[in-house]
Amino acid sequence: MKMFRKLLLAAAIFGFTAGPAHAGDAIVMDGSTTVGPIAKSFAAYFTKNYGVQVTVSESGSGNGAKSLINGACDIANMSRGMKDAEVAAAKSKGVDPVSHVVALDGIAVVLHPSNFVSALTVDQIRDIYTGKVTNWNKVGGPSAKIVVIQRESNSGTQDSFRSLVVGKKNPITKRAETQASNGAVKSRVASTPAAIGFIGLGFVDNSVKAISVNGVKPSIDTVKDGSYPVARPLFMVTNGQPTGNVKKLIELNRTADGKQMISELGYVNKY
Amino acid sequence: MGGSSAFVVSAKKRRMQQIMKMTGESLLFLVASFVAVVVLFIFYFVARDAIPFFQLRGFAEFFTSTNWYPADEPGEFGALAIIYGSGMVTLGSALIAVPLGIAAAICLSDVLPFNIRQYAKPVIEMLAAIPSVAYGFFALVIFAPLLQNFGGTILMWTWWVIAGPFLVLAVVVLGDMVTAGEPDEAKRDRKRLLMNGFFSVLALGLLYWVGNTLNAIQIMSGTNALNVSIILSFMALPTIVSVSEDALQAVGRELREGSYALGATRAETLVQTVLPAASSGILAAVILGIMRALGETMVVWMASGNSSQIPDPWFNYLDSIRTLTATIAGDMGEADQVTGSARYHVLFAMGLLLLIFSFVSNFISERVVVRQRKILSGQ
Repeated sequence: MKMFRKLLLAAAIFGFTAGPAHAGDAIVMDGSTTVGPIAKSFAAYFTKNYGVQVTVSESGSGNGAKSLINGACDIANMSRGMKDAEVAAAKSKGVDPVSHVVALDGIAVVLHPSNFVSALTVDQIRDIYTGKVTNWNKVGGPSAKIVVIQRESNSGTQDSFRSLVVGKKNPITKRAETQASNGAVKSRVASTPAAIGFIGLGFVDNSVKAISVNGVKPSIDTVKDGSYPVARPLFMVTNGQPTGNVKKLIELNRTADGKQMISELGYVNKY
Repeated sequence: MGGSSAFVVSAKKRRMQQIMKMTGESLLFLVASFVAVVVLFIFYFVARDAIPFFQLRGFAEFFTSTNWYPADEPGEFGALAIIYGSGMVTLGSALIAVPLGIAAAICLSDVLPFNIRQYAKPVIEMLAAIPSVAYGFFALVIFAPLLQNFGGTILMWTWWVIAGPFLVLAVVVLGDMVTAGEPDEAKRDRKRLLMNGFFSVLALGLLYWVGNTLNAIQIMSGTNALNVSIILSFMALPTIVSVSEDALQAVGRELREGSYALGATRAETLVQTVLPAASSGILAAVILGIMRALGETMVVWMASGNSSQIPDPWFNYLDSIRTLTATIAGDMGEADQVTGSARYHVLFAMGLLLLIFSFVSNFISERVVVRQRKILSGQ
């Protein structure tokens, strides 16, 4: 009995340090706060139905990639694609990153509910974030100085928002405030009448107002049919093609239960 | 026989004592030098990773540019606005905490009766026991929306709370000083009352006018330099109050009674005898408090807004700012050795800057304390 427990402990430690997990070992996930809710419900489901321990850390897409490269996790959750530099770093450490689309997500542009602006174009949002427009009255709103809120630099949502709306070449205004998570952006926008921010579609609730972009309201349907312009795939990245439990976990999004979990969380199914 | 053995120590016993003394001393020396070595090691390791940044990018951009775009390709690493932001909230919190803290310390040591002081001091020191993330959460979730909704009113009350006690003290001290030359006691009392009344009217006018101006201000974003300065000042207060109160207590009864015996008033005794005698201790308290504010990370990361800009105009405390500590905490995740080296090393450059600053201010305070001690002991 004692021997068996020791073996189990050794296996657990080995699984932790030696990267890709084998059947029966714990699965470690790290990365995006946007993919986090999906990963956590997948983890709970997986533990309940297969008896496999799954741990989920939410430290941002950049940290997820870093963990995968350093062999500290089995699955990196990312709300953006791997950057060239990250792929190169992975290759140099003998890690072969393979990305799997787990779901689709719209990035909702959110305002305080009291703001009567309810639609903006991509160009207007870009002008607000680059600092060209600084007052709500320039875009059909009340006369108030716009409080621009962005995410910190290791956020995948920030990265996607920059490439989908602002443009990689255009620097975001220095006046923009920076918050550390979807939840923090939401709570700042919900409490600041003149604020504008952006959060994953799954985080939108009554405390903030998600506006139409280019005339299209963000919703599961408009993200799925591609008409909502600020949408992106969410990834789970593994080292090499996944096998065993890791494969089963990633492919949960093709099962009926998995699809239900994804849509209940406010994300959009790919399959 | 019994008596002599108690006084005459045998050679063996003496040797034992000597060995014990040696071991004790060397043990203490080891512990003390260990601390010094730790500090040196921190310096070495931070500097080792900071220097490559300056080799890669030079000094000019870091210290003179306000363009902080570390995530871009190619990145820009101008930290001027961030250094400025750190300085701004540190100064802001010092402006609030130092006068308030010293006034509270004087009140505790020389004004309040002993039994009240016994309860007041532990309560103030309790502020230090609250974890900084709790302060940060309060600043972000409660204080920032409050500032947006009732900013002007809060500013007005803050002004009243801070300036009020100080102005009362000023009125009393000024009244005493102006009338001190009057030899006739009854006349002096009357004149003093008149002067106190006159200064009170002035002080009330000042309180009302500034309060009214502040009340008219509308704050757009509550996560700004002011929010952080106020919260940081609360965090620095217990240090400043507690250490300067100890310094004031250490002055002792003799000096105070000597001063009264020479005919000095209570205010004169406080301002001209007690405060100068305790000044080195008070300075140490202030530096400790300031270091607490400069090094605080969680509160500024959560509640400063983190915009890397120099406010417009430069003294506008109602703008968001970004500090060195918050930048290190916030950008650490993405900045790995493998993915971007200037981006990784720039954070160490910021850490080195913070270290150097604290060393310099510690050094200065040490020098001032030594000099003050020499002057006071008449050398």
